[in-house]
Order: sequence, then C-alpha cells, then structure tokens
Amino acid sequence: MLLAGILFALGLIGLLVRRNLIFMLMSLEVMLNAAGVAFVAAGSRWEQPDGQIMFIFILAVAAAEVSVGLALFLQLFRQYNSLDADAASLMRG
Amino acid sequence: MDVTFYIAASVAILATVMMITRMNAVHALLYLIVSLLAVAIVFYTLGAPFIAALEVIVYAGAIMVLFVFVVMMLNLGKQTIATERSWLTPAMWIGPCLLAAILIAEVAYMLSQAGPVQSRAAFVGPKEVSMALFGPYLIGVELASMLLLGAIVGAYHLARPKLERLETRYVINSDGTRVAAGGNTVRAGAHRPAGEA
Repeated sequence: MLLAGILFALGLIGLLVRRNLIFMLMSLEVMLNAAGVAFVAAGSRWEQPDGQIMFIFILAVAAAEVSVGLALFLQLFRQYNSLDADAASLMRG
Repeated sequence: MDVTFYIAASVAILATVMMITRMNAVHALLYLIVSLLAVAIVFYTLGAPFIAALEVIVYAGAIMVLFVFVVMMLNLGKQTIATERSWLTPAMWIGPCLLAAILIAEVAYMLSQAGPVQSRAAFVGPKEVSMALFGPYLIGVELASMLLLGAIVGAYHLARPKLERLETRYVINSDGTRVAAGGNTVRAGAHRPAGEA
C-alpha cells in the first residue's frame, strides 16, 4: 500500500514537473502501474482474484492510451517540431 | 518473502526517482523498464505470479518497445548514429544494470528455495483469476477488446502522414470541372492526361 502511494506520488510529481510530452506519458504509466499495485495488494490481502482482474483491465487501458498518445505526439512533432507541452497550448488546429 | 518484497519495492522507487530526474528520454526509459521489472517481482511476492508474468510481457515488453520506437522515430536525422552512440555510454547503462542485477539475484534466490512460494500473502493462482475473468467479468473483457480496437484504428489514423487529396492533384473530379463541362459528367475528365488511371 505504501509502495503504491509512493509510486503514485512520484508519477504525479513527474507529470507536473516535466514539460516534455514523452516524460509526461511515462509518468502517467507509472501512475497507472501504482494503481495496479494497489489493486493486486488488496486482492492478495482478501484472497480474491478480483484485484488481479482489475490489473488486467488497467493493462489494456494503458496499452490503448499509450498507442493513441504516442500517435498524437508524432503528429504534434511533425507540426511544431518540438515535444514541449506548452507549444501546443493554443489548440488552433 | 518479506525481505524480497522490501528489496524489490525499494528498487522500484529508486528506479522511478531516477526516471523522473533524467534529462534524456532513452535513459529515463531504461530506468522505467527496471522499475516495471521490480514491480513484477513485487507482484510475485504478493502471491500473484500470473500478473507478474503479464507485467513483464505486456508492460516491460510491448509498451516499452512502443516508447523506444517513438523516441527513435522522433530523432531521425543525419546525426542519429552519433547520438545513439553518445546515449549508450558505459556510465549510463551501469545504473540500470546494477538495479537489474539486484532483481536477478532476488529471482535466483526465490528459485533456489525448494517448493512453492511461502509468501506472506495469499497465493491466488492463474486458475482462479481466469475463472473469475471469464465468469462474472466477461462483459469487462468484451469492453476491453472494443477499447483496444478503437485504439488501433485511432492510432493508425493519427500517426498516418497527411495524404494529398487526389482531387487537388488532378483537377478533374471537382465541382469546378463539372460546372465547366456543363454538367456532363462524361466529358468532365476529358482533359486528363492519357495513360493515367
């Protein structure tokens, strides 16, 4: 539980501190992983398989999110030639 | 099993801190992979070997390979080889290798223990997980498959290079030429160069 909390906090810090989009996505991964750790720990505490099933769903969501996010970054990089999150703050298409 | 849990947990936290503080994306990726492997060992000590295997295969395998590919794609250029050589200096991969060596030592220790794992938590094997996954959670599996299908189509659509529209290349099939041909759709493409489909 403590490990999940610490990992989640680290991911959040990384998301807030870094301005590089790749780093922000990696921090998101860390946060999703921390949520999975919490689920599995709870599942093994109560001896139920539900926690592990939730982790499998988290895995699927993370895979989908990463593929779409990286595709968006490719488009952004082609358009702005940088991966700075502030470069895309105008959103004018 | 308590000691192995705490060692793996501290390795995970250490690798994550190193990941955040790196300036270079590839170095950060190396530390992130070590962190995910450490979390896999944490799962194993928590009595979830199936999830530990999934974490290594899907997270550290598939998703991280996706990251590596995109980071390499974003750095395309003439000096790519030089930058790649400068990324993988020995000083850079000693850190992740050290942390990974700790994890390997832990795995070897656990394998050398005779018999099944005496974990401090309950052991929930793959059989129970799959019975529940395809029993009461079947609708969740279907939803996940639809989500992944949407992700595939979306990623393909977003990452595709912009195509030139055919109508702007040959001005044949547009409304302007149709008007110029007097509404006769057969004559509308008459000025097209021969030999083009």
